[in-house]
This record gives sequence, structure tokens and C-alpha cells, in this order.
Amino acid sequence: MSAQDTPLPPSYLVDTGSRKGLLAWLTSTDHKRIGLLYLASMLTFFFVAVGIGLVMRLVQLTAFSHLITAETYNALFTVHGVIMVFLFVVPGLPAVFGNFFLPILIGAKDVAFPRLNLASWYFYMAGATVVITALFTGHGAPDTGWTFYVPFSLHTGTNVSLAVFGAFLLGFSSMLTGINFITTIHRLRAPGMHWFRMPLFCWATYSTAWIQLLATPILAITLVLVILERVFGIGIFDPTKGGDPLLYEHLFWIYSHPAVYIMILPAMGAITEILPTFAQRPIFGYKAIAFSSMAIAGVGSLVWAHHMFTSGLSQFAVMTFSLLTMIVAVPSAIKVFNWVSTLYKGSIDFQPPLLFALTFIFLFCIGGLTGVMLGALAVNVHVHDTYFVVGHFHYVMFGGTGMAFFAALLYWFPKMFGKMYSKKAIYASWFPIFIGFNMLYFTMLVLGVMGMPRRYFHHLPRFDTGHDIATVGSWILVLGLVMFFGALVHALFKGEKAEDNPWGGVTLEWTIPSPPPQENFQEIPTITTEAYHFPQEEIG
Amino acid sequence: MDWIKEASTSAQKSDAVFFYVFALSVVFLVFITALMIYFVIRYSRKRHPKAEQIHGHTGLEILWTAVPLVLFLTIFYYGWTNYEYMRKAPADAMEVKVNARQWAWSFEYPNGKQTKVLFAPVNRPMKLEVRSLDVIHGFFVPAFRIKVDAVPSHTNTTWFQATRLGTYDIECTVICGVDHSLMLSKVVIVPEDAFKAWYFGGPDAPEPKPVPDAPRPAAPVPPPAVALMDAKGCLACHSVDGKPMVGPTFKGLFGRREEVVEAGQRRTITVDEPRLREAIRTPMKSVVRGYPPAMPAVALAPAELDEIVAYLKTLHAPAAEHP
Repeated sequence: MSAQDTPLPPSYLVDTGSRKGLLAWLTSTDHKRIGLLYLASMLTFFFVAVGIGLVMRLVQLTAFSHLITAETYNALFTVHGVIMVFLFVVPGLPAVFGNFFLPILIGAKDVAFPRLNLASWYFYMAGATVVITALFTGHGAPDTGWTFYVPFSLHTGTNVSLAVFGAFLLGFSSMLTGINFITTIHRLRAPGMHWFRMPLFCWATYSTAWIQLLATPILAITLVLVILERVFGIGIFDPTKGGDPLLYEHLFWIYSHPAVYIMILPAMGAITEILPTFAQRPIFGYKAIAFSSMAIAGVGSLVWAHHMFTSGLSQFAVMTFSLLTMIVAVPSAIKVFNWVSTLYKGSIDFQPPLLFALTFIFLFCIGGLTGVMLGALAVNVHVHDTYFVVGHFHYVMFGGTGMAFFAALLYWFPKMFGKMYSKKAIYASWFPIFIGFNMLYFTMLVLGVMGMPRRYFHHLPRFDTGHDIATVGSWILVLGLVMFFGALVHALFKGEKAEDNPWGGVTLEWTIPSPPPQENFQEIPTITTEAYHFPQEEIG
Repeated sequence: MDWIKEASTSAQKSDAVFFYVFALSVVFLVFITALMIYFVIRYSRKRHPKAEQIHGHTGLEILWTAVPLVLFLTIFYYGWTNYEYMRKAPADAMEVKVNARQWAWSFEYPNGKQTKVLFAPVNRPMKLEVRSLDVIHGFFVPAFRIKVDAVPSHTNTTWFQATRLGTYDIECTVICGVDHSLMLSKVVIVPEDAFKAWYFGGPDAPEPKPVPDAPRPAAPVPPPAVALMDAKGCLACHSVDGKPMVGPTFKGLFGRREEVVEAGQRRTITVDEPRLREAIRTPMKSVVRGYPPAMPAVALAPAELDEIVAYLKTLHAPAAEHP
């Protein structure tokens, strides 16, 4: 409040309240601090799951297969999936960059419900704690895969109930964040910030928030039913009690397929922010991109059963879901064309965020195209539940969302922390990340076409070569990740001071100091132009 | 294409769609990537210091909505029609029941013959009715490009017509427990004569031999109880020769002292006949320490249970017999 009088209000990183240090962070309702709380917790979980992935790859080298038992392996891929999906990729960009930048991008001082926002983080941490407790208590870590398919998940003696309860809590975090963002966008836009003047990251976050709000309750209910079934044997899903296992698959994917779009839409949004800045020109086809986000959210909610083509669906269902799957590919293709066209006749400054954004486009295309293959019925029958699927969703989730997360981190890092990283170190880390990534996951695609099923502890000898290549790829990839985050951590402590607008961006976050002051804007700005308006006299 | 053996008519149908989509994908990916690289170089700030403020182009938007839509629809249609072929078995196909359980496959022919390996004649359609006795499994023959889930309380079908003699892998594709990755079997495709000789040759007819393989040495005939335990799936997890598997070995089991976990409590017991019967009937009541609580209760007739228990007693520890 006193900010009006002093020339420079303190940055959000400085404790000004009665609480200091960690306590000040844990009780903060500042959207920027909450974003960083998510960032720190999420990256911790990410690295745990990366480590688990590394162990799984290692035991696929036949010489190391005796390191762990089949039971442990089954627990590892379950935990890897649960952590990566529920603790990293789903909350991913919305919780970190949505929290941090959504209010700034629309010219607001905070989200609509700051306390609820903090509560979401506590739900997230509670869910995470329960999931991790499930690994070390009861009769062993869950071994069902992250999909928890019944009836196996009902009969296995492992600690499924607790893990499922953790995922249930995480669902609440996701829903509350969704409500918060929807309300924020509807109510807190700065004067003159019309819907079609919002930066496209806001559109992406907005469509994501609707999916979070509408689809997550279905998961929550389904998970509760699994717990009730395990504890009281109510017989909704268990065929020996008259239940139907396919009902579970439907309910699970009614959430979990839209969840894929929860994961990828904000990533697309971040890429859409990065490209115009480094090309110094407006995004190509603003409305096409905004509407395609909403189209993906809408049609994407109607394609869930394409995960079940081999489960015995009716002929009509199979046909319908395959057709809808092809249609949902169209808006993604539209986005790709618009992104690439944004480079046309720009003035391109090839900085690290742009490198990772373009890497996103390349890897996401492979992820999308393999997705189209999976949507083609005659092909799906062969490659469903094989390494092809594993390779495909790693291209989308890691090559797509992961790379976009890295690109967004590189893009906004100077704004968030007021420090600049070593660009050379980031360029250097790109090579092992890119090479290792493709060695690991492209090989998985090939293995899948050859007939290597997923979630296999032992593999047949004819898959040895592929597994060896993939494992070496995983080492190279992890080396790249260590270099990447090493460079960022170094910058946090030793980095040079970043300018307020190091990339020449024109959206609102670049008009305020780095790092931003506590209430973002000393005076709420009035918006008079579209989102990507590059004033001409300033260039050249 | 030897690295992806193509050994059935369905495989030809599936692969045709695969290569169609693959070709389109390569064209698209190369086009997009080349364009990106070209733009980044051509319009780098050095060469092109002043960006042109272009906002979009409606014609282009319509073009790149319509063209992908049409292409995706052709992919859908091609995938759908070939899938129809893969889904519907010809009327003259022989119907074989496929039973999945943790962690073994068994096959039952119309005349009652039961096998652990699927034998089929070349160039003849065979329809498979896939069922599961416990949890969801996935029946997958990569060389035939066929896959269908075995869902308890449902019967799903698939079919194939092999085009090449040989032995092909059967794999389970839905995570079903500890030994999911060992839930393997084979399809053996033999000439029609050899198949008929076995199929119509009565209960004692030797199993047809896989063609490229050398003749196998005759296996010693196992005792009837072993065949029974094999048929009931016991031997998927328990060995009779001391080999470590998912569950404890039967060798030397009778008379052995074991530490078991019952309702969270550990206690030590000696394996006697009541214990054997209890462990088979209610496997989850008390579980031997160090092994997963994973054993399903298997339906056994009283006579079958007696036969198995009597056989297990003959496998007692040598120390107990010769003190």
C-alpha cells in the first residue's frame, strides 16, 4: 500500500511481514511465492522419478537384470508413472508459471483467491506425502502401473489404497487451482484487457482450468470407488461380485485422457509466448490459436476410449472414438503451422528459450504423429500396450510438456529471480538432452513396433540391442539434465543481475522490475493494444 | 521386413496402414523441421534486422485446417476398414478358447484337446475366444499384429490366418502381477497335414513339431499330479525341482519349517498336510515370509486336491526321510 510513495517497492523475494525465512514462504499467499513453492517441490519429485527411470533402464541391460526383483521393478514403473503424471506433468506449467505469470500477464495483483491458492499447494504436498508414504508402508509399493486397472488393483496385496488416496488429494489441488484461474481470468483482467487482448498463455491456462475443474472430480470419484471396493468389497468393478472391470477403464480414462491436455495445453501456451518475443513480431493467427486451445479442451474430452481399442468395445464405439481422435489432431496441427509461420519474416534472436521452444515443436510433432498412428485402428491393435505407446507419450509429455517447461523456465528465469544464467552452459546442455532423448525414446518406438510389451521386467533376447541403445540414451539424457539444472542453480547464486526486459518482450511481465515487486504493479496498467504489439520505432 | 516378422494376413492389413501413416508423418516432419531451420537462418536478426508485423492470413488458416483434416480422415478410414478385416473372423474359422490366468496361457480346442502352446495350421483361419480367470491380461502375437484383452467376465475374440510356417511369440500386454513379463507362450504354425494328424490322432497323438526347429528329444512323461498342477497354473509360480520362482518351490516343502506372516504376525510352522490344504484353499490367510501375497485361490475338486497333496508329500525334504 505504501508502494505508491516509495520509488522502488521491495521485490517479492524479500520478507517484509512479521514472519521471516522458511515460515514466511510457507504461509505466503503471494501467487509468485506459491509458484516457486510448486517449482521447488515439483523439481524435487521430478528428479526422484528421473532416478527411478534410470534404474529401470539399467536393469533392462541384461547384465544388470539381477539388481532388483520383478516385484521391485513393477513398483518402480508404478511409482515413476504416479510421480511424473500426478506430481510433475499435470500440475507442471499451470502451477508454476500459471501461478507466477497469469496474474501479471492480465495486469492483476494476485489470483482471485490467494488463500485457496496456498491451500492448493498444501493439498498438493499432502497428496505427495501420502503417495510417498504408500511406497514405504504396508505390504510393499503399488505394482499396478499408474493406471491402477481393476481387478488386479483390487486383489494385489500391495499398498494400492493409500497411493490411490494420495492421487485423490492431488485431484483437489488440481480442481482448486482450476477454479482459481477461471475466476482470475474472468474477474481480474486489467482495464482494457479484452479477452482477445490476453496473451495466449492465458487462453491456454483458461482452457486447461476448465478441464481441471470438470474432469478431475470423475477421477476423484473413481479412486474413492477403488478404495471402497478394496476395503468393503462393494462390487462395482470386481467381476466376481457382479462388477465390470471395463467400467473402471472408462471412468479412469474419462479423466486421464483430458488430463493429457491438462498437461500439454499450458505447454503450448508457453511456446506461444516465447516465439513472438524472439521473432519480434505478433503471433501468427492469434484467434486460431486461442480457439484451437478451446477446441482441444472440448473435443479432447470425448476421445478417452481410444485407450481401450483392444478391450472389447463395440464396433460402433471403436469407430467413433477413432474418428474423434483424428479430429482432435487438427487443432494441434493448426497450432504447429501458426508457430512456424510466426518465424516468417521475423527478426530472429536465437536465444536459449527459443532453442528449447523449437525443440519442443520438433519433439511434439513426433509425439503427435505417433499419436495419429495410435489412433489408426489397424495400427493401434498392434502397437497398443507396447513400447511404442511408452515412446509416444514420452515424446508428448517429456519432449512436449517437459521441453516447454524448460523453455518457459529459461524464458522467465531472469524475471522470476532477477538473475541471468550462462547461455553457453545452456546451449551445451541442449546437445546431450536432444541426442539422449531421441536415442532413448525413438528406440522405444522401434522396440514397440517390433512387439516389445510395456511394463516388462524380463524382455525376450531379440529386443536386447534396442534396450541397450535406449539405456545408453538415458545416461546421455540425464547428463544433459544435470548440466541444464546445474547452470540454473549456478545462476541463482552466482548469476549476473538480469535486466527488466532481457529478451525485448512486450507482454506485461516485461514492463515491471526483475524480480517483480510484491504487488506486481505499482499502478494497474490500462491496456490499449493487442497482446503482441511491437512498437515499430523501438526496433532497428 | 525381417525385424518385424509379418506372418499373417492381418499383419499385412495392419502394416499397410502403418506405412501409409508413416510416410505422411515423415513428409510432414521433414517439411516442418526444414521450414523452421530455414526461417531461423533466413530471418536471423543479422540478416533481417526489422521484423515485419504480420498478424495472420485467413486463407492459410483455412488451408492448414482443411488439408490435415482430410488427411486425418483418410487415415481414419483406411485404419477403420482394415481393422474391420482384422476384427471379424471368417465363418469357417476353427474356434479355439484361450484362457489367461496369472501367469500362464492355455488353449482349448473344439474337440477338448488342451495345450500350453497354440498349434495352428498355415493358411487356415483360426478364431480365438479370449477369457481370463482372474485379472485383465492382454493376448498379443506381434508377428500376427493381433491383440485383444482378456477381461474377466467378458469374452473377447480375435482371429488370424498365418501365412508362414514357424514359431511366434505370444506375450501378455496388460500388467497382471509379479510375473507379467514371464506370461509368454508360442504359436506354432505347422502344415495342415501335421496339424490334422495331431488334432484327429486321439489323445495320444504327439504334438506337431515346429517346422524350422530340429526334432525335440522326447520329454519324460510327468506324473499325473504334475500335469494337473500345470493345467491349474500352479507351476507358473512354484517349481518342483527347487528352482526359485515367484512362490516357494515344492521340492522339500513337506516337513519343512517355514516362517509365515498371518494377519501381520510372524510365526514359524512345520508344513504338514493340514497346512498344505489350508495354503491351497485360502492362500492369502498366511503367506510364507519373503514371498509376495500374490497367490490366487484355485478352484479344485476334492479329488484333485487330494491328488496334489499326495504328490507334494512325495517331494518331502530328504533330511526328513533319512535322518
